[in-house]
Amino acid sequence: MKRYSAFAIAREALRHHTGWQRAWRSAQPKKAYDVIIVGAGGHGLATAYYLGKNHGIRNVAIIEKGWLGGGNTGRNTTIIRSNYLQDESAAIYEKARSLYETLSQDLNYNIMFSPRGVLMLAQTEHEIRGYRRTEHANRLQGVETRFISPAEVKKIVPIIELSGPRYPVLGALWQPRGGTARHDAVAWGYARACSDMGMDIIQQCEVTGISQKNGVVSGVSTTKGDIACNKLGLVVAGHSGVLADMAGFRLPIESVALQALVSEPIKPCMDVVVMANTVHGYMSQSDKGEMVIGGGADGFNNYTQRGSFHHIEETVRALIETFPMISRLKMLRQWGGIVDMTGDRSPIIGKTPLNNCFINCGWGTGGFKAIPGSGWSMAATMATGEPDSLAAGFGLERFREGRFIDESVAAGVAH
Amino acid sequence: MLILTCPYCGIDADETDLAPGGEAHVTRHGADASDDDFEAYLFHKRNPRGVHFERWRHVYGCGKWFHAARDTMTLEVFGTYPAQTLVPPKTLQTKIKKKRPDWKGFKK
Repeated sequence: MKRYSAFAIAREALRHHTGWQRAWRSAQPKKAYDVIIVGAGGHGLATAYYLGKNHGIRNVAIIEKGWLGGGNTGRNTTIIRSNYLQDESAAIYEKARSLYETLSQDLNYNIMFSPRGVLMLAQTEHEIRGYRRTEHANRLQGVETRFISPAEVKKIVPIIELSGPRYPVLGALWQPRGGTARHDAVAWGYARACSDMGMDIIQQCEVTGISQKNGVVSGVSTTKGDIACNKLGLVVAGHSGVLADMAGFRLPIESVALQALVSEPIKPCMDVVVMANTVHGYMSQSDKGEMVIGGGADGFNNYTQRGSFHHIEETVRALIETFPMISRLKMLRQWGGIVDMTGDRSPIIGKTPLNNCFINCGWGTGGFKAIPGSGWSMAATMATGEPDSLAAGFGLERFREGRFIDESVAAGVAH
Repeated sequence: MLILTCPYCGIDADETDLAPGGEAHVTRHGADASDDDFEAYLFHKRNPRGVHFERWRHVYGCGKWFHAARDTMTLEVFGTYPAQTLVPPKTLQTKIKKKRPDWKGFKK
């Protein structure tokens, strides 16, 4: 694989861009692999990448029902932060955030990581107390966050309305090293690196069954035939329950649609990410100038990838209170993704009731920010057969044992 | 918008008038249950892609709980029925089977 560089751009400019290679090979499945990863989204591709890079396991296939990065990886609002309350969460999200910092160099693919800072507004007395607690927790965890005053908020985000009609801004939790990245590029960068290591990325190949005997998986049946494997990793977010059904176990997961929308592009007006959890809306500005807006999740199970219409109204209403200047913006697109919600709003990484089958799911409404850390940890878990230190707390058995990593309380709604 | 007919007051209620209440026909295990049963009761909710039976409450209406059969893929509503039923009515099951021949039937 030829490396991308400033020199490569100059070279290709001189020969009419005829020398660019395909970023990854279009592969047909072999008969057998050491490891099969189901799901070529960010988490699946990152798992495969770190299996190859950190553990030298390169006879790997990544199977995808649709197209690469076409699920929640391509549907999120690209926010990266690690200001979580619980130690287990802070550890894995901070690992991910720190890997994002050098991911472009690591993959030789520009993922456009922009550590522009993330503000979480405190709009009630309870939220102030909650975020102050998070700030203290973060200090102990080594995550840099700071609780700031309304005056500082206004300095960072001049377009904000501090004395809104329902909930005035009373302060904010500020993570200066959080930010955004180009979500598609994260999937593409990992895919290119995986393909370069000799891994097969097989798109439009749906898993229809999981073959097993005495609790050991021998392979999967797909729409492109049967493929054998020594280890199987299920990394399919919203459809985890469907695959678990095939494998014969149940997951503490319910799938709902979460929405996002994007406005027409405007001149730069906000260079940070702002999250308002009480009124429920969050917003950042993309490099193209669009305001990227995260909305609400449906309260009932569904797989529609569109979501209920009234959530758009609720989200937009909340954001107009917070940013009156956006009231005349036209919205360009709206979409939904199927998020896999666990009981404690924390992910599941680790072993399953099947001996050589591992699962990584339950990231719910906040998976994008975790991609590198999740892949790193899942790869270590699959390579050694035991959860690594990052994954240790996130096992499936925690529900049965009552060891929740309860972020639903800590994070409110947006997460 | 999802519209469900309340089986008590007969009103076609928008989803904004309703509150979703999760999976229907769950066996509520108590303190004397085995670990497996209690774990399943608390966490192992059915999450099918297709036919699903749910509890809903007509909060901004008569205030009563009822059951609904719905397709989670298309949002098609097959029917609603009162909460005081342990299994979905036979007529409703037949109707669903007709519309979704692949459906494996209601399992407790």
